[in-house]
Amino acid sequence: MKRIRKIHVLVLALVAALLVPAAGVSRGNGTSLPTKIGKGEGSLNLIEWSAYSDPSFANKFEKQTGCTIHRKDAGSSNEMVALMRAGGGGGGGQYDLVSASGDASLRLIYGGDVQPVNVNLIPSWKDFLPAFKSPAHNTVKGVHYGVSVQWGPNTLIYNTQKVKPAPTGWGDIYSGKYKGKLTVPNNPIQIADAALYLEQTKPSLGIKDPYELTKSQLDATVSLLKQQKPLLKRYWNYATDEITSFKNGDVWMGAGWPYQTLQLQGAKAPIKEIVPLPTTGWADTWMLAKKAPHPNCAYMWMKYVTTPQVEAKQALVFGETPVNPKACPYMNKIEAGSCAKYHLNEPASYYSKIKFWKTPVAQCGWQPGNDCMDYSAWQRAWTEITG
Amino acid sequence: MWRRPWLKAIGLLGPPTVAFCVVYLGALAALLVSSFWTVNSFTGELVHQWTLDNYRIIFSLSDPTYLRIAGRTIGIAAAVTITDALLAFPLAYFMARVATPRLRGLLFIMVVLPLWSSYLVRIYAWQTILSGGGALDWSLGKIGLPAANIAYSNWAMWLVFSYVWLPFMVLPVYGALERIPHSYIEASRDLGARGSRTLRSVILPLALPGIVAGSIFTFSLTLGDFITPLLIGGTNSTFIGNVVYENIGINANVPFAAALATIPVAVMGVYLVIARRLGAFDAL
Repeated sequence: MKRIRKIHVLVLALVAALLVPAAGVSRGNGTSLPTKIGKGEGSLNLIEWSAYSDPSFANKFEKQTGCTIHRKDAGSSNEMVALMRAGGGGGGGQYDLVSASGDASLRLIYGGDVQPVNVNLIPSWKDFLPAFKSPAHNTVKGVHYGVSVQWGPNTLIYNTQKVKPAPTGWGDIYSGKYKGKLTVPNNPIQIADAALYLEQTKPSLGIKDPYELTKSQLDATVSLLKQQKPLLKRYWNYATDEITSFKNGDVWMGAGWPYQTLQLQGAKAPIKEIVPLPTTGWADTWMLAKKAPHPNCAYMWMKYVTTPQVEAKQALVFGETPVNPKACPYMNKIEAGSCAKYHLNEPASYYSKIKFWKTPVAQCGWQPGNDCMDYSAWQRAWTEITG
Repeated sequence: MWRRPWLKAIGLLGPPTVAFCVVYLGALAALLVSSFWTVNSFTGELVHQWTLDNYRIIFSLSDPTYLRIAGRTIGIAAAVTITDALLAFPLAYFMARVATPRLRGLLFIMVVLPLWSSYLVRIYAWQTILSGGGALDWSLGKIGLPAANIAYSNWAMWLVFSYVWLPFMVLPVYGALERIPHSYIEASRDLGARGSRTLRSVILPLALPGIVAGSIFTFSLTLGDFITPLLIGGTNSTFIGNVVYENIGINANVPFAAALATIPVAVMGVYLVIARRLGAFDAL
């Protein structure tokens, strides 16, 4: 409704004439990076994945800094982007930070909704795993638009009583053996999973990067996903949907995250997961909104959540892996062996086998030219598959 | 002021008229106008140039994705409407013409009772009923029938839609049936018509405006829904509403979403014209 009314105003073309120069001025001012964190503004407004500012570690931050946190939980990456773009974009002057996943972050950067961040003000940044210092999903041409916070692999979840022998790789969700008992996420980024599978099984397609597909590569991936469709029980929309489907036995095997596995195992369901390598994965970034009303509190938060102790706590609350390897001993202190369980002690070669989500853009990284299919093409393809 | 009745009329009708024009027609006009724009796919910003591209994609015959989705949405809405009409007529007839006042009150409460709880709660309840090992398959097993296994399918959606919108059909049909004077039915009997003839020639034609009025609700509510397909639907259950929602969320492609959203508006427009011909507006 808000959106439509805004367009209505534009139809009148009256306010539009005033808005355009105003936007230009504010953009010109926003380019210089802060060199120190000033006094807190007393408030911090977050768009977050549920539990990303869990009271178990956020309360201490509020006490230390005097920044009171106001949360807006988002259910999907699309919802995050929509929230950031509401009220004229850039967080609408309402939100300070968004915990965007890799399938949303470039959209926010190119859409001008987030602003550059001075990583020198985040002391833990230099300790990060190399893969998360300047990843392609939050750093463009050497400019950082936020700090990485946590990551996790996309995993193959299965019911140990129904799926025998245990699955060995992603091929199992494209084969007909468990027809009608499979599930995958309802998300265009799922195309990358199929592309990664084709990269392994059909080298003749010449796929170099599952997020940078040419027209013919995308078409081949779409046809694989169309073949997969009759094998599926459903496409899951929210993590809780997938948990329910596994719990009541409608689904025996599917793609998901460690979060679902932990929840299901916590409910004593006969569920295990494997991480077939290579796989896709997600990595989340706290990104600073262009029109953030409380930038100092935002910097303090980025500084706080990347410290080893907090990284460890958050990882175990949500079921994901820190980007700061110094969190390892703190994780083990909370839950013995959890550092290894979440693969924080793996060598660098492990991380090169996880292809982290990034928004597809027309500019291919592996060849000059704009021959790659951008996110709206992926979105159309996904509607064509699922619709 | 009392000597100038036109002043009173303006005072009375002015505010709702302004609200109607600005909020309702204004929003519809904005929808229509923006559906002829596009979005820069790189930055997500609106491009204010008149183009038919959005409609060309939707009505493309070489890639009938959106036509298929629209067809499915309209088809299920029609199936739900027919089902509800068939279910509601006997119930409404019983309430209006057979039941004692006491029983009628009780039935009224039972018809509207589901509306007291949240729509989402009822959908999740159905998800549990229909899922594997849920109440439906369990009951079928008890009476020796094979499991229906219809969780996450269009059958499940049809069932759930028919359930959630049923009260909106029962009430107008009841209203229409109640208004039929008893003398008409006596006259029909006096002329030698049997029960079935009376039903066909007297009651049904007089109840038709009520059925059509109810169908406006069941049809339009199903047409615009997107939550039931999300939670109950299977792999072939995308509705127009889902695609609209995805397009606004994903690329902030509001123009394309607007173009899609004009389909239900157009369908409902045609539907309402037909409904008016059938006298549905007198029954509301």
